[in-house]
Amino acid sequence: MKQSRIVITGLGLTAPNGNTLAEFRQNLLTGVSGVELIEVRYMGAQPAGVCHFDPLKYQKKKDVRIGTRAGSISILCAREALADSGLAWEGFDKSRAGIYLGITEHGNVETENEIYNVSLFKHDTKFWSHHHNPRTVANNPAGEVSLNLGITGPAYTLGAACAAGNLGLIHAAQMLRLGEVDIAFAGGVSESIGTFGIFAAFKSQGALASHPDPTKASRPFDKKRNGIVVSEGGCIYTMERLEDALARGAKIYGEIGGYCVNSDATDYVLPNAVRQAECIRRAIAHAGLTPGVIDIVNTHATATPQGDIQECLAIREVFAGCADVNINNTKSFIGHAMGAAGALELAGNLPSFDDLMVHPTINVDDLDPQCELPGLVLNLPRQAKRVDAILNNSFGMLGINSALVIVRYRA
Amino acid sequence: MTKDDCKKLVTEIIADIAPDEDLSNLKPDVRLRDQLQLDSMDFLDIVMELRKRHGIEVPEADYIQLASLESCAEYLTPKFNALEGKR
Repeated sequence: MKQSRIVITGLGLTAPNGNTLAEFRQNLLTGVSGVELIEVRYMGAQPAGVCHFDPLKYQKKKDVRIGTRAGSISILCAREALADSGLAWEGFDKSRAGIYLGITEHGNVETENEIYNVSLFKHDTKFWSHHHNPRTVANNPAGEVSLNLGITGPAYTLGAACAAGNLGLIHAAQMLRLGEVDIAFAGGVSESIGTFGIFAAFKSQGALASHPDPTKASRPFDKKRNGIVVSEGGCIYTMERLEDALARGAKIYGEIGGYCVNSDATDYVLPNAVRQAECIRRAIAHAGLTPGVIDIVNTHATATPQGDIQECLAIREVFAGCADVNINNTKSFIGHAMGAAGALELAGNLPSFDDLMVHPTINVDDLDPQCELPGLVLNLPRQAKRVDAILNNSFGMLGINSALVIVRYRA
Repeated sequence: MTKDDCKKLVTEIIADIAPDEDLSNLKPDVRLRDQLQLDSMDFLDIVMELRKRHGIEVPEADYIQLASLESCAEYLTPKFNALEGKR
């Protein structure tokens, strides 16, 4: 059966170092980090990626009060993606729109806030907010978008740990091909900087970044890397079947080439290079390509001592002998945006189809020999010979791996 | 506490619950729902804030007493004064 081609026709984002694609891209090309120090409950100052946007741009004050930070991020991204897509929204059948958002977790922030709140009242649960359940249901971020935009089609989240951003796009492509919807709002979101539990758990695991200069705390592949910088953020794309996009003369950012989602089935936390390599190979094959024609590999690397090495093993194996591949990392600028990571990191690389520039991995002062890869773009951007295919890696706990290949659109 | 004091405290709570609303011309004897965009969840928020900020309990059977600013003042002022007496 011939499958529909699926294209990206719009995007909206908020990242710790930019609220528009142009600003985000500019900062990625000029080495501007978005990591800063924040006060984390019970833990004090920690480096984190914070998004600075006005939630009242698209929400009433009351909706911000009742909803969640992830909801506000999602609404901002969805609204801006819609505007960017140029879709005639007024006459569009809202039952034919779908919302598919990847999340690493949702509800920790609101649960911790309520527990803290009742602790002020001798843990009397009559002080527990009736807003707790709608705030913490896993579909909250997607549901808030449906309320805001009046979308009556499917609206839900995909829980896939830190692989989730890619999952949003992959699932949207599948639903579009099945004919379930005519337009998809797809991507990933994170409000994780609001939960001390994530910081504390990474700290207990020996995987929380620290550095006297927060902008240097996220340092994948560097010998002195010491863990993850937790970030918030969001990126949502509008995706359509190619024929629909062409019929309305839409701008096309890129085409879904291929993808793969698989599982390690080996450990709760530790990554598995063999399965990661398998995931990458399958995604490239699914796109009908070979590793030699992949121009950019955006790594998942989070700056944990072990995780980076495992991903490098996988990439080294798949891309052996591929002289022209450019390998970079976006977390070095923005930290780990959790559920948003895959979607945001892809956005940072999509402009390479137009300008052929590859943004670097920053903060690599002393490259770990175990992370040495021939195509690593270190600290300064690189002009590529060609950018026709981008591989976006996102991996997560419980051994979920996702690899997404986006290709230059050609008629 | 006078009834006017009580209305002021309730209005302060409503200002936080419904921050987009203009409360400058709130009519005390007209149902709050008829003047403002308030739903049942918002009234639960008012009940919660009375509990949190002022230690006032409003049993579910008495929620109807919160219909207007005037009825709020009628119902809540004695409760505020009883609490004041205990302190």
